[in-house]
Amino acid sequence: MKKYSGFSLFKHSLSHHENWQAAWRSPQPKKQYDVIIVGGGGHGLATAYYLAKVHGITNVAVLEKGYLGGGNTARNTTIVRSNYLWDEASKLYDHSLDLWKDLSQDLNYNVMFSQRGVLNLGHNLQDMRDIERRVNANRLNGIDGVVLNTAEVKEIVPVINDSQDIRYPVLGASWQATGGVARHDAVAWGFARGADSFGVDLIQQCEVTDIITEDGAVVGVQTTQGFIGSKKVACVTAGNSGVMAAMVGLRLPIESRPLQALVSEPVKPIIDTVVMSNAVHAYVSQSDKGDLVIGAGTDSYNGYGQRGSFHIVEHTLSAICELFPMFSRVRMNRAWGGVVDTCPDACPIISKTNIKGLYFNCGWGTGGFKATPGSGHVFAHTLAHDEAHPFAAPFSLDRFNTGHLIDEHGAAGVAH
Amino acid sequence: MHHIYCPYCEEAREEEEYSYTGEAHIERPKDPAAMTDEAWGDYLFFRSNPRGIHHEMWYHASGCRRYFNVTRNTQSYEIHETYKMGKLPTITAKTIAADALVAQQGDAS
Repeated sequence: MKKYSGFSLFKHSLSHHENWQAAWRSPQPKKQYDVIIVGGGGHGLATAYYLAKVHGITNVAVLEKGYLGGGNTARNTTIVRSNYLWDEASKLYDHSLDLWKDLSQDLNYNVMFSQRGVLNLGHNLQDMRDIERRVNANRLNGIDGVVLNTAEVKEIVPVINDSQDIRYPVLGASWQATGGVARHDAVAWGFARGADSFGVDLIQQCEVTDIITEDGAVVGVQTTQGFIGSKKVACVTAGNSGVMAAMVGLRLPIESRPLQALVSEPVKPIIDTVVMSNAVHAYVSQSDKGDLVIGAGTDSYNGYGQRGSFHIVEHTLSAICELFPMFSRVRMNRAWGGVVDTCPDACPIISKTNIKGLYFNCGWGTGGFKATPGSGHVFAHTLAHDEAHPFAAPFSLDRFNTGHLIDEHGAAGVAH
Repeated sequence: MHHIYCPYCEEAREEEEYSYTGEAHIERPKDPAAMTDEAWGDYLFFRSNPRGIHHEMWYHASGCRRYFNVTRNTQSYEIHETYKMGKLPTITAKTIAADALVAQQGDAS
């Protein structure tokens, strides 16, 4: 891998940028791998990268049915934060936030991680009590956070409507200054390039159609490019996890639903942080291009359509227009949906299964992007040692049978 | 937005009148106290979540306030039928596959 640097940029400018090395190879699949990762999104590519880098396992294939980072990695609203309520979740997400801080240097790829702070708004007394509880829990876990009142929110976001005479008045917010946004595509591409440089095979246009088992152990996968053998198969397929599980007769505690987002036309810098509101199912930030990036809620029903219902967008935009009256005349450029794998306790599953060699990293629901590096890091450990990383252990599949759920619904200021 | 036919009201109404209440035909265990943790967890949380034909319950919240079942394709969002609680679906993934096979053979002959 040729290193990217200011000097290389200058050097290649002399040849009109026509001689850059491809960021990754496009190899033919081998017959056998040590580990097969199904799903070439951010989490899958991060898993491959850390498997190679931390654990020295490089005979790895990432199988992607479409193109790298073309699923939910390309469809999210890029928010990164770690202000989760419960110890287990806050450890996992804060581990991820730590990795984010040095990710651009580590990958030699600019993921444009910008710690511009995240506000989670409270609109009623109970919201504010929940926010105080969560911020206190965060601080006990070493995660930065403060509780702000209306005036302090207004100071950070001058364009917000601070009238107390609206349907959802802003009574205050939690503020995590270390939160922010990152460039979603760059995260996938950076991990892909990094994994490829260690010799991981990234195989695109290769859909897994079946998982082959013998005597309760995985032996490989059937794909649209033929059979590929491996004793370890890791499914990192987000919304399609239920479909993968059904191939081996497993059921998961997951329901797949469309989650929507939309972006406006580019406007001048107007909002330099991330504003989320749990109660009204709306969140907004502004990209470096100037588009307002707006996230909505999930549809209430299961769907694999990668598009959401119009009335969900309508609810979100009515809330956004109330919070930011000046946005009412901004035109929306594009809207889309991604299929998210929602868990009953709004926490992920990073786990072995009762089939030897079959692993799942799924259930990230509406908030997986922030966890991309952390998820890959702990899952790589789970794959390499056949035993859960300490941060991943509470997120095993059997918590739904033992009852040790990690109930982050609403508590985390998660917008859904 | 779906237009869903409520088998009790006998009218098609907009989706917003209804709320979705999850996978259908999951029977409440008759003797919960006798169940293992595993079976109880399966009953509470584990779902089939198919990409394709799905039988699910909806609640007519702003209408008759009754639950009923819907057979819907989670990929195309086509609603195949709605039927009352306690009834079984007449259209399933199997019947659709069989119909497709018949149609295919019809084309061939």
